[in-house]
Amino acid sequence: MTAAAFPDALPDDATLTEAGLPAQRPRGRILLIACGALAREILALRAANGWDHMDLTCLPAKLHLYPDRIPDAVARVVEDNRDSFESIFVVYADCGTGGRLQARCAELGVEMVPGPHCYAFFDGNAAFAARADDEMTAFYLTDFLVRQFDAFVWRPMGFDRHPELIGMMFGNYEKLIYLAQTDDPALDARARDCAARLGLAYERRLTGYGDLATALARQA
Amino acid sequence: MAEQDDIILAELSDEELVQQMHDDLYDGLKDEIEEAVHILLDRGWQPYRILTEALVAGMTIVGYDFRDGILFVPEVLLAANAMKGGMFILKPLLAETGAPKQGKMVIGTVKGDIHDIGKNLVSMMLEGAGFEVVDIGINNPVENYLEALEREQPDILGMSALLTTTMPYMKVVIDTMVEKGLRDDYIVLVGGAPLNEEFGRAIGADAYCRDAAVAVEMAKDFVSRKHNQMAAG
Repeated sequence: MTAAAFPDALPDDATLTEAGLPAQRPRGRILLIACGALAREILALRAANGWDHMDLTCLPAKLHLYPDRIPDAVARVVEDNRDSFESIFVVYADCGTGGRLQARCAELGVEMVPGPHCYAFFDGNAAFAARADDEMTAFYLTDFLVRQFDAFVWRPMGFDRHPELIGMMFGNYEKLIYLAQTDDPALDARARDCAARLGLAYERRLTGYGDLATALARQA
Repeated sequence: MAEQDDIILAELSDEELVQQMHDDLYDGLKDEIEEAVHILLDRGWQPYRILTEALVAGMTIVGYDFRDGILFVPEVLLAANAMKGGMFILKPLLAETGAPKQGKMVIGTVKGDIHDIGKNLVSMMLEGAGFEVVDIGINNPVENYLEALEREQPDILGMSALLTTTMPYMKVVIDTMVEKGLRDDYIVLVGGAPLNEEFGRAIGADAYCRDAAVAVEMAKDFVSRKHNQMAAG
């Protein structure tokens, strides 16, 4: 399977949210175990850089709604695949696991992406940390989360059934910042609409792939 | 809920009404909870009894089902909102009737963090369990905690954080308390989604509380131990 052909095989966002991307028959030397929310971005980087020796499998993006389940889920995929690849790289940041994913990866002898979560590494971990005080009241979306806003935010938070919960859950937020990986006016419009639905001010920041690109380049 | 419309709360026996309140709390029906509280007061129930047998007991069921993955955050928030409605009626009456006091807690979300859903739930459940709670809100630097401890002289300091990036600040607060020789004067409880017991131990907290129900149990347990120590000393 060529790098150019691989993205065509990518499931839709709803499938990446619910089921992820199953491991394919090994072709490369390196296996990337990623969050389903990062699949498109990883495959875009893979295609752009010709990293044909990297295979990708994704866990369901909805695991983010239960971060305590992420370390065990990642560990299972590592164990199932470690004999088939020269190396494995975990394309998750801490993602709300409170250091548990990092600890588990260390036990398994695999590396992962540095940083607290995907918002931070897309923005650049250092820049994100530097802005932490100024953006304390910001709620972030990425390309994937804009596309999957209803599945990740609106429905799980119960806003479709109980709009009165918006104030209870987002009352301390002031703005929504869309960290854009791609320059897409349609996503910009959708993100603006997400902000309006939450009653937040809107800002867009084009980040590209940020530290995800450098983290993958180091593995390549 | 069609069946709900057919139930006339005032026609239920005390026992049925309390059971109905548990169901209504579970369903987040604030208006029904407020009506039922008034009915029980009119029937001569003591405010503390209504609080414990109807509201806290009902909310405890909600807490268990949240812990077990049967209910999720939206349902818990709706239930909490309903309980808040009942407590708003009872609070002034509880003060008048001298309900038993378990202890006092200062609670706040740490610096850099604006998330307060968990903290608010803990505050409400602790109040329901008879604690006086002083909530110092969100984004608290260490100075805020120290000022509140000095001013309020609580038994317990509670700290909350939702973010991996902000939870280490709890250690800053505890280390500062150690430096100032204050650490052993207070029970320190910590909580928040990315935390765990190991983290709680590592930063020098007395306990990590995985949810509001556990926070209540921990608070009661540590306060009673503290009182026993004082009695023995």
